[in-house]
Amino acid sequence: MPNPDAGGHWGEFGGRFVPEALIAALDELEAAHTAALADPAFMSELDALGREYGNLPSPLYLAERLSEEAGVEVWLKREDLNHTGAHKIRNVLGQALLTRRMGKTRIIAETGAGQHGVASATAAAYFGLECTVYMGEEDTRRQALNVARMRLLGAEVVPVTTGSRTLKDAMNEALREWVASVEHTHYLIGSVGGPHPFPMLVRDYCRGIGDEARAQFLERTGALPDVVAACVGGGSNAMGIFTAFLDDASVKLYGFEAGGDGYGTGRHAATITAGQIGVLHGARTFVLQDEDGQTIESHSISAGLDYPGVGPEHAHLAASGRAAYEPVDDAEAMAALEKLARTEGIICAIESAHGLAGALRLAKSLEPGARVLVNLSGRGDKDMGNVVEYFDFADRKGQQG
Amino acid sequence: MRAEAAFATTRAEGRAALVGYLPAGFPTLADSIKAVDIMIDHGADLIELGLPYSDPVMDGPAIQRAADQALAAGFRTRQVFEVTEAVAGRVPILVMTYWNLVERYGVDRFARDFKAAGGAGLITPDLIPDEAGEWIAASDEHDLDRVFLVAPSSTEERIASTVAACRGFVYAQSVMGVTGARAATSAAAPELVRRTRAHTDLPVGVGLGVRSGDQAAEIAAYGDAVIVGSAIVNCYLDSEDVPAGHQRLAALTADLAAGVRR
Repeated sequence: MPNPDAGGHWGEFGGRFVPEALIAALDELEAAHTAALADPAFMSELDALGREYGNLPSPLYLAERLSEEAGVEVWLKREDLNHTGAHKIRNVLGQALLTRRMGKTRIIAETGAGQHGVASATAAAYFGLECTVYMGEEDTRRQALNVARMRLLGAEVVPVTTGSRTLKDAMNEALREWVASVEHTHYLIGSVGGPHPFPMLVRDYCRGIGDEARAQFLERTGALPDVVAACVGGGSNAMGIFTAFLDDASVKLYGFEAGGDGYGTGRHAATITAGQIGVLHGARTFVLQDEDGQTIESHSISAGLDYPGVGPEHAHLAASGRAAYEPVDDAEAMAALEKLARTEGIICAIESAHGLAGALRLAKSLEPGARVLVNLSGRGDKDMGNVVEYFDFADRKGQQG
Repeated sequence: MRAEAAFATTRAEGRAALVGYLPAGFPTLADSIKAVDIMIDHGADLIELGLPYSDPVMDGPAIQRAADQALAAGFRTRQVFEVTEAVAGRVPILVMTYWNLVERYGVDRFARDFKAAGGAGLITPDLIPDEAGEWIAASDEHDLDRVFLVAPSSTEERIASTVAACRGFVYAQSVMGVTGARAATSAAAPELVRRTRAHTDLPVGVGLGVRSGDQAAEIAAYGDAVIVGSAIVNCYLDSEDVPAGHQRLAALTADLAAGVRR
């Protein structure tokens, strides 16, 4: 397993840029995680939980009609079929089980669109843990349905009114709260970002995506895919599917970042493409920042990709050339979302549509019949409000469609 | 002027030092200079200038609001050198900053420009010595203090390695939590100071939560420096206008300065 160095660095990225007050908790977490991974009882409980509760392993699906149009074989890893509708259930079940193992009784989490918040609230309900979710006030308004879901599941939702009132500020607030409650509270972080050991730990709980897909792919085709593609915000679904393929030199890895209004407009969330190294939320990585190092607000139609940083292992994979990262703008992603719906009858999350759109763009430069594996990281139910607005699908008075 | 100059004085006088914190550029650039002068005039022994940052994860609501206000008014990193230059000479001036701002400016370049402005050193709340190789080299090169934090949760090993990397003084974060004035200071603070002293002869400053002369006196009984931030910022946040804030700050600083002299 390609682990970081003892300080949590992949090359120049990662590490721990946090107050000393959190170091003991991070050390405890790292030790607990390492011991848990080596404990067959923990791993078998997690595995059973994934199968019986999470609906894992997720299927590998050859999208035949879409493949015909694309001119390459498009294989989808169907994480959209997981319980709570995305790959995120893997991360929260792993971390919640770890929380119980550490003897902690409460979890806190940050959320943007609310998907990680809902997943965290779900795991908290399952394990009988207290749960507080920090969510930017802007986002609580935009995603009222997910706020209702979290509250139904028994979580407390705290609207964050500082800064830009979005995901990055929710993360700031979760970190502040964690310093004060670290003795009995675990910070169930939602992506492969943050201080060491979080990027490694979240990857370890998400890597089942790629481990399963690699075995499924070999079984179905007798070969490995030529390309593996995923969307990248913080990057947990992408690390989840990339990890199994890192040592397969023939497999090209592509991460697709949110290009927002178009990379050239400056209104995007394409952190790696923009290429500025900095420190945000506890790790050195690529950061959208101004000349002084103040964080710049990101923009994307996809709330799950709308984040001005990225996991440090992705930064390293980009810098080392092992994976390539490209922007996909809102329009391309929404076109791919529509195409998948109409050719395959699958409505995916707008996040996942970025990965699919990037793969379809890439397909034009691949040999005919090349095999492309796309992580379909989540389903689109949560995005229907955006979809209605974007495609102008709503019935309007005086206009019959 | 380095931090040890101030501590030489306070030790000779048999008392703790008063450290006043204010974000540079708050309430305005000119008024942050004026505010520092007021603090020095009314008995502050050292000054911490905060560098406003978009994502201050260590700070509570008061300092967040102050930083937001400074940034909204267009504050730039380089202006901290202007403020430093304007107030340096009477007491040591340290800058307290989140690490990304220094890294972005260039660690060595920041050290050079800050030294040239008359600064004493940096307090780095989200930089632990383990990650500070470049800063340790730059602070050696430019002869600056470097103040790292210890916390109630720090192990003995971490306190030992952290104080070994410090120069000037050690910052004891006395409560597990963000900055903010509190009615009662932490019971964990005396224990943390005692544990820290076991590993170093450097002065130990105690921060987070102080808002009155009585609290300052309490901390001065065991700490070498009493660090006050949010209560100072609140002088302006709670006032109708800046002149009223200046008046409140003068009164608060005098109260705190009397506290450390009790």
